[in-house]
Amino acid sequence: MANILAVAETRGGELRKVALEAVTAARALADATGAQVHALVFGPAGIGGKVEAVAQHGADQVLVCEHAAYDKADAESMSATIAARAKDGGYRAVVMSASAQGKDLAPRVAAKLDAPLAGDVTSVEAAGDTIRVKHPTYTGKVITTLVLTGAPVVVSVRPSAVTPSVNARPLATQAVAPASDPAASRVKVTEVFAGTSTKLDLGEAPVIISGGRGLKAAENFKLVEDLADAFGNAAVGATRAVTDDGWRPHSDQIGQTGRLVSPDLYVACGISGAIQHLAGMRTSRTIVAINKDAEAPIFKIADYGIVGDVLEILPVLTQAVRAARQSH
Amino acid sequence: MRGPTVKIAVCIKRVPDMESRFKIAPSGNAVDETGLKFDISDFDSYAVEAALQMNEAAGSGETVVVCLGPDTVQETIRKALSMGADRGVQLKSDTVPMDGLAIAKALAAELKDGGYDLILFGKHALDSSHGSVGAMTAELLGLPCLNAASKLDVANGKATARRELEGAAEVLEFPLPAVISIDEGIARPRYPSLKGIMAAKKKPLDVKPAQLGAVRMTVEKMELPSERPPGRILGEGPAAVPELVRLLQTEAKVL
Ligand SMILES: Cc1cc2nc3c(=O)[nH]c(=O)nc-3n(C[C@H](O)[C@H](O)[C@H](O)COP(=O)(O)OP(=O)(O)OC[C@H]3O[C@@H](n4cnc5c(N)ncnc54)[C@H](O)[C@@H]3O)c2cc1C
Ligand SMILES: Nc1ncnc2c1ncn2[C@@H]1O[C@H](COP(=O)(O)O)[C@@H](O)[C@H]1O
Repeated sequence: MANILAVAETRGGELRKVALEAVTAARALADATGAQVHALVFGPAGIGGKVEAVAQHGADQVLVCEHAAYDKADAESMSATIAARAKDGGYRAVVMSASAQGKDLAPRVAAKLDAPLAGDVTSVEAAGDTIRVKHPTYTGKVITTLVLTGAPVVVSVRPSAVTPSVNARPLATQAVAPASDPAASRVKVTEVFAGTSTKLDLGEAPVIISGGRGLKAAENFKLVEDLADAFGNAAVGATRAVTDDGWRPHSDQIGQTGRLVSPDLYVACGISGAIQHLAGMRTSRTIVAINKDAEAPIFKIADYGIVGDVLEILPVLTQAVRAARQSH
Repeated sequence: MRGPTVKIAVCIKRVPDMESRFKIAPSGNAVDETGLKFDISDFDSYAVEAALQMNEAAGSGETVVVCLGPDTVQETIRKALSMGADRGVQLKSDTVPMDGLAIAKALAAELKDGGYDLILFGKHALDSSHGSVGAMTAELLGLPCLNAASKLDVANGKATARRELEGAAEVLEFPLPAVISIDEGIARPRYPSLKGIMAAKKKPLDVKPAQLGAVRMTVEKMELPSERPPGRILGEGPAAVPELVRLLQTEAKVL
């Protein structure tokens, strides 16, 4: 059976967690038919020395495409390279992450290959000679099962929907040249605002502490950050009410028109639970809500709720979380 | 947003109000549309607003809205016209497939010879939620594409846009004509004025058959997500914190 091509994402010359999620999803697809996984990695010179984890997670072959321009994404030349490789290799499917970079690449690759694309899926499986995916639609209120026919097909997997799992292969790398010169790309990155490297991204963090207007003032987000700190593996999110007021950047917004997240734990602090906010976080595994209004809609979807003043409760919770983590 | 005269196409999709309580149709592979209210998909209305602001700033230019779907989408196109768009095009198709490439082919066929400087899309449609049709259309037209712009400036045949990456952001530059999909943060859509609503009735709305591409991705099933089991209020104030921490450790196992 035809092999699977995974795209393993890097940024700033480092593999990202979503890379291993894509490889894990590709591995499961390949195993259904005893096929191989080939993983394509773009990065600056030297990235080829950092791809051990890609083989560890199930890539039989790692195709390394190095170019000085690839410390950032260059969608035009990367999509051309993925499509060229997919054509040459006769793959059954191309699997990547539905990260910001993946969402940029996948539709271009699909159009170049004249292949159907299922974007932002939460699961993918082989079903005879078709590929079946589950995809949250209607802002997560309807789960749609889609069937893709033909080969290749393109699938992008929602960050955090797949847990990277080890399925080690001996590391076998092969160099691949860009199919077009990144210098010739028409869209040029002129500036990069890197987030602080220590800060976990909302899409990758196992825990999200999110704040709403109930925090009363921008300064009080310090309490939210402190709790995130106490967990050690948490990112900070916000509602649109808060990003609109400029208390937090737009990139922190969770919801229908913000980021869609599904962490293991979501702590909603002073958030009412508007339908547009729930659209972005309702698939979180465990939800905690702290709100002074016992009737707030957020309590309807929270697993655990505390009624009260978030400004009083957060410092106590932060202390307790620190203590709990230290006693391990 | 500022800049010179530009001719802009905005591709908009008609979607149900997401605050609705959805039901699955008896067929099992569609949403039951009875009683649902429909409107322009959120990000698409930001794109319309962005286009109008560019034209207004320049004091000239044209905004054309394009929507693929059955005759019911005419109401959606009129809404954009009442916001201020100049004319509309319905690409008539009784069905709107989930396969984005099939839609992109029809849009590309319509936009190809339109002489547009900018072709705007929403970042993703709220119903299908693939975020694919814009970049696919760009690819089919051979145009540069910027996905998910949260800021946009157009001047001298060149565009500068910002986009958010996870935990980072980039500023990008590219020549026109170009395809741009619009993220939140660019422009809050205006409400149509009464005057706008009256004027929209007289604006041109062309109806053409949609040249849909082959559909190779189909819906097998639609389901409502399983309800979350009802949660518990653990108590009031800081006194409830120890119980919360205990449950996070023993039951949720996240601590
Ligand atoms: C088209 C559209 C798209 C949208 N997209 C999004 C989106 O992507 N994301 C999003 O979040 N919103 C979005 N919204 C906005 C959404 O409808 C809500 O307005 C928003 O989520 C409310 O934010 P909030 O919960 O912070 O504020 P509020 O609704 O004002 O709630 C504040 C809460 O804090 C509680 N509170 C107050 N004081 C305290 C205290 N001292 N201690 C504890 N609790 C306290 C209150 O009881 C209340 O429940 C969108 C809206 C529209 C129309
Ligand atoms: N039927 C349609 N008619 C016009 N534009 C559409 C249609 N479907 C999708 N689009 C455009 O493509 C964008 C992305 O849609 P999607 O890839 O389905 O998430 C939407 O925000 C619209 O701008």
